[in-house]
Amino acid sequence: MPSSSSSTRPRATWGLTLAALGTLLFLHVPMWIIFLYTLTPDETTYTFPLPGFTTKWFGVALQRADLWRALTLSFQVASIATVAALILGTLAAAAVYRSNFFGRESISFLLVLPIALPGIVTGIALRTAIGGLDIPFSFWTIVIGHATFCVVVVYNNVLARFRRTSATMIEASMDLGANSFQTFRYVVLPNIATALLAGGMLAFALSFDEVIVTTFTAGQQTTLPIWIFSQLSRPRDRPVTNVVATIVILITFLPIFFAQKISADASDTEGETK
Amino acid sequence: MLNRISTYFYQRPKLVLAIFLTPPLLYMVVVYLGSLFSLLINSFFAIDDFTGMVIREFTLKTYLQIFTPANREIFMRTATMAFLVTIVDALIAFPLAYYIAKFASPKLKTWLLIAVTIPLWSSYLVRVYAWKLILAKEGILSWFINLFHLTGALDWLLSLPGIGGSSLSLSPIGMFIVFVYIWLPYMIIPIQTALERVPGSLLEASSDLGAKPSQTFRTVILPLAFPGVVAGSIFTFSLTLGDFIVPLTLGNSKFFIGQAVYSYQGTGGNIPLAAAMTMGPVVIMVVYLLIARRLGAFDAL
Amino acid sequence: MNNPSAPAIRFEKVSRHFGDVKAVDQVDLEIGDGEFFSMLGPSGSGKTTCLRMIAGFDRPTSGSIHLYGKEVSSLPPYDRDVNTVFQDYALFPHMNVGDNIAYGLMVKKVAKEERQKRVDEMLELVQLSGFAGRKPSQLSGGQRQRVALARALINHPKVLLLDEPLGALDLKLRQQMQIELKSIQKRVGITFIFVTHDQEEAITMSDRIAVFSQGRIEQIGSPSDIYERPASAFVAGFVGTSNLVSGEVAKRIIGSDQTFSIRPEKIRLGSANDKPAADMLSLDGIIRDVVYLGLYTRYLVEVDGSVDLVVIEQNLKTTSMDVLSAKGQKVRLSWHKDHMSRLGG
Repeated sequence: MPSSSSSTRPRATWGLTLAALGTLLFLHVPMWIIFLYTLTPDETTYTFPLPGFTTKWFGVALQRADLWRALTLSFQVASIATVAALILGTLAAAAVYRSNFFGRESISFLLVLPIALPGIVTGIALRTAIGGLDIPFSFWTIVIGHATFCVVVVYNNVLARFRRTSATMIEASMDLGANSFQTFRYVVLPNIATALLAGGMLAFALSFDEVIVTTFTAGQQTTLPIWIFSQLSRPRDRPVTNVVATIVILITFLPIFFAQKISADASDTEGETK
Repeated sequence: MLNRISTYFYQRPKLVLAIFLTPPLLYMVVVYLGSLFSLLINSFFAIDDFTGMVIREFTLKTYLQIFTPANREIFMRTATMAFLVTIVDALIAFPLAYYIAKFASPKLKTWLLIAVTIPLWSSYLVRVYAWKLILAKEGILSWFINLFHLTGALDWLLSLPGIGGSSLSLSPIGMFIVFVYIWLPYMIIPIQTALERVPGSLLEASSDLGAKPSQTFRTVILPLAFPGVVAGSIFTFSLTLGDFIVPLTLGNSKFFIGQAVYSYQGTGGNIPLAAAMTMGPVVIMVVYLLIARRLGAFDAL
Repeated sequence: MNNPSAPAIRFEKVSRHFGDVKAVDQVDLEIGDGEFFSMLGPSGSGKTTCLRMIAGFDRPTSGSIHLYGKEVSSLPPYDRDVNTVFQDYALFPHMNVGDNIAYGLMVKKVAKEERQKRVDEMLELVQLSGFAGRKPSQLSGGQRQRVALARALINHPKVLLLDEPLGALDLKLRQQMQIELKSIQKRVGITFIFVTHDQEEAITMSDRIAVFSQGRIEQIGSPSDIYERPASAFVAGFVGTSNLVSGEVAKRIIGSDQTFSIRPEKIRLGSANDKPAADMLSLDGIIRDVVYLGLYTRYLVEVDGSVDLVVIEQNLKTTSMDVLSAKGQKVRLSWHKDHMSRLGG
């Protein structure tokens, strides 16, 4: 970005600045309130101001075997769904980038459909299909469901990176004597690595948090979001839920943050390398 | 050896394309489109009223059930909510999107965009949960309302039929607030993207031609931001339409589409009705997408 | 397989069609060992497609391409002893300059010490010693250009392809690089094939030039052949500017109604009563327009009341005041008959 624009950039009015700041706070403050509530000694209500302060709920939550099982399950599901999304999304992006085949637009449309349609459509569609085929609901049916909407995240990230990369770079590599495999390893992979990382982390966060599709594709399995959801409608363990919600925010925050930072940096350096 | 394999593939680009395309396409077509198709099929089945078993025969009986007054009301209620949420999100999103696109320094812009996208990706469920705490009768919002001696106004609001309830955390007003909050980032980003594409020279040209800032805003910025608003509304509308978590968490006995689908297939075990019911949002979204494309919203996505 | 006495590159009826578009149409071509050969033409004339087919990025729809007698039409780029300098340089942004240059050796698994030695040699050749540790993004356009050149030369290719490599540089740097490229080519002694749309560049550097138009070669020859004796109206117009005369006017001047071309700088502008020498041709006209261009002046002279001829004269003594007052004057144009060349002959 040209630095000269800073001198010509207009100044925002006070009203606009305040409104923008207000929206920003509206987006973020509610999440901080959960942090606050992890410290409440009150087990049955959400009384504010907090009647006191305690850190005992972290210890209580750590002791809960059901929570650990849910956390482990969510990790496993998210990891496998992410790997599947990385493979399928990268292949689709490479195909769309490489050639101008008929129906390119349809591929993008097909991939984006699972997140463009309401989650409940994907969820119930998968449920009728899985149920109709008499496949038992299991760990794998959750993964299959999650992979459908994670693919597009990787696809978008990788395709955007491909489009930013000079097309002649691959030709240059082969011209200098590298075969397709060497070209992939020494030129393509290093250039899309951070896009894979960003896409993978977002896919992981997406899967780790997902509840709508999961409620339809899970059998007896309880992922962490399903555990939280059960607490939302019928709160039994309020203090523990606060701790779990905090943990979920922290677990998903880092991958999301780094993924966004990587994408931002990538588009920043674009101007320099060209 | 590798060289020879590489050459084999190099001379057959169409084969390589097929190899790349087959796994993702197969997965999406078989698993995803296949499921959607089975959903469509199921919506044309019906349930036996006595046994509760699905009869696998073509019938339009289930679709007729959608038009019962109770279900019609559910559709109306959900669509109204989705519409209002979309409008309010567009109003709230605009200042921040405008600020990011046109006033923030490059460095600040990067950070602001990250600040907007983090809530977009982070746990939707936890973000709903946060409002359960905030809106609770004894919670933080009530405390502030009390502080400003507005309890009377709140009670009056909650007593209104149709939108009121026993507390904010169990009322359509509460649901509305949470929906607005949850989908807000989906509106900010497309508007920002659309405004970003308005070249600075265009604004200068407008003021150069004698337009006051307010005129420039009305005649140049708003029309150019409109495709972004439409693009964002695709998300806010669609997501509100299909959501069942928020109604289940903050709603009352008055159902929303997602909630109805959830309970028909779950406790009711009536998959055909649930399937037919989801066709509602699907049709609405398809029509919406077609209109949005007309309005040029896809460029802002 | 390789035959050192065979031409470096031979095209045999090579065509490349993209759908209905004949990007390259039945081209026959021979490029000699050690030649500096330019492919000149406007964009879309097929020159770049020819280059890409030599490199192996594209394959002919029909016909065959031979590299030192060996048919290479369907070989992938990594199996051809040909390297390319790309228009956008295509340096690998994730590698430093040294690794970029060493890339060709690295994929061939050349030992590290050997690589290092040859990278240093190459850096010296392109006058970038000491830059090995920099990233491409830290280099200027001209420096990237040199790195791209070094990277392409390190494999000692039999033929070096250059795809408008100077297009992105400013005029001064471009002129300097033209001289440098030529001297590097002399030093390494390999065949250079240079694609450009800049006729001046092609004329400055080349041993021979092929002028492309609409997928075909209009003319192949030395720079002076191309310039002095253009084979077609297209070549006459694309390479420099040219006056074309035909029909009645041509018949009156030289006694044949075929089409002839005369370069503007060959025409002398004399006063209306000058007597031309015996081997000179002459024509009377009126100066219709004058454009003062500093180094020279361009006149538009109307002859016969119908044809306009462009005449260029160097401003040896004249000033802008003198030349601008010439507008409307009657003049006698004259030129040596050898300078009037018949098109297609």
